[in-house]
Amino acid sequence: MSEKVKFTIDGKEFEGTKGQFIVDAAAENGVYIPVLCHWKDVTPSGSCRICSVKVNGRFMTACTTPLEDGMEVESETEEIQDIRKAIVEMLFVEGNHFCPACEKSGDCDLQGLGYRYQMMVPRFPYAFERRELDAASPKIFLEKNRCIFCKRCIRMIKDEQGKSYFAFKYRGKDLEISMDKELAKNMSEELAQEAMDICPVGAILRKEVGFAKPIGTRKYDKMPIGSDVESSQK
Amino acid sequence: MSKPIIATASLAGCFGCHMSILDIDDRILKLIELVDFNKSPITDIKEFSQRCNIGIIEGGCCNTENVEVLKEFRDKCDILISLGECAIMGGLPALRNGIPVKECLDEAYCDGITVGENKEKIMPNDEELPIILDKVYPLHEIVKVDYYLPGCPPRADLIWEAVVALVTGDELKIPYELVKFD
Ligand code: SF4
Ligand code: SF4
Ligand code: FES
Repeated sequence: MSEKVKFTIDGKEFEGTKGQFIVDAAAENGVYIPVLCHWKDVTPSGSCRICSVKVNGRFMTACTTPLEDGMEVESETEEIQDIRKAIVEMLFVEGNHFCPACEKSGDCDLQGLGYRYQMMVPRFPYAFERRELDAASPKIFLEKNRCIFCKRCIRMIKDEQGKSYFAFKYRGKDLEISMDKELAKNMSEELAQEAMDICPVGAILRKEVGFAKPIGTRKYDKMPIGSDVESSQK
Repeated sequence: MSKPIIATASLAGCFGCHMSILDIDDRILKLIELVDFNKSPITDIKEFSQRCNIGIIEGGCCNTENVEVLKEFRDKCDILISLGECAIMGGLPALRNGIPVKECLDEAYCDGITVGENKEKIMPNDEELPIILDKVYPLHEIVKVDYYLPGCPPRADLIWEAVVALVTGDELKIPYELVKFD
């Protein structure tokens, strides 16, 4: 079952387990491949494309591609870095990301990637779509302006029967995240906290807390996103 | 050789970015050795008296006067810098983007809970007043902008490093902690 295989990332040789996703194999070897929708051991959705790498010369998403023996992965090339930066920029203009007024600022993965790639300004025009904030739940805000459609909440936040608290509504450019009002009414504190923690951006926020951590002590204030993975480099 | 000349302006901003310029502390003494200032709230010079090398603008464009000032800066400065989130993406004033202007004005002057008595529903509409735009625009969606310094406000060290690199021609290496969007 856990057959060991050899593979390379940017020419460096590593060892991993056959069938595990490239992004996890890379992390185990101290190589950071950025993710937004991926969450280890949860069925991947491959929706954000930020983990794009080239595998044997072809573009693949590292969070959905199982590791095979002898794979040659390219990750930190100029071309791929620029594609990732472009994806970050696209997400910034597609939603309404007013970081100075966002409770997640400093702890946000999207913003963290903006910092990592030194995004000074998005290359695309801002959409400024009007989206609503859903405050119906007594425990959380659902701030639709900041959702990046990663589906983490849909895949992970469920009740005992396996029913999701969250779901997508509409299609295409009208797509939006929504929550089941009945379920959300009885959401526990713990689940609210979990939902906020797994959301990579500031779209799910617990009520009655906010801006709790002073600037300078937040996740990405001093160290770039991915530093934890990279510091485990053997 | 004469010193490079800088002009600055605050459009739809809160002056926080200008405060951050002042936040370079005693380096301001070095700054005035390096450059001269022309039109700027810092010097209180209201009109351009000569062509400038660098224009630094805080705030986005929310009305016709902002657009006019911005275009004048583009005309009269060789290099234009967007300073801060509002200049780069509209910032907090752009929270109204997506909401029709009429709705915003109604809220501000007629229906808002903090509005006193305004039975005739009077709205400011003097021809002296600049006209509010349909939304708040980032500067680079109106004129060409050469450089961007993000932050709310941009860290004083970022402004300092960028301006020094620009006038000395040295390579700008930005430490991680200096590029922030808040
Ligand atoms: S969700 Fe992240 S990127 Fe969006 S406004 Fe909040 S901090 Fe900024
Ligand atoms: S609300 Fe958060 S977790 Fe859910 S899809 Fe949107 S960004 Fe992802
Ligand atoms: S992390 Fe792989 S597609 Fe989102």
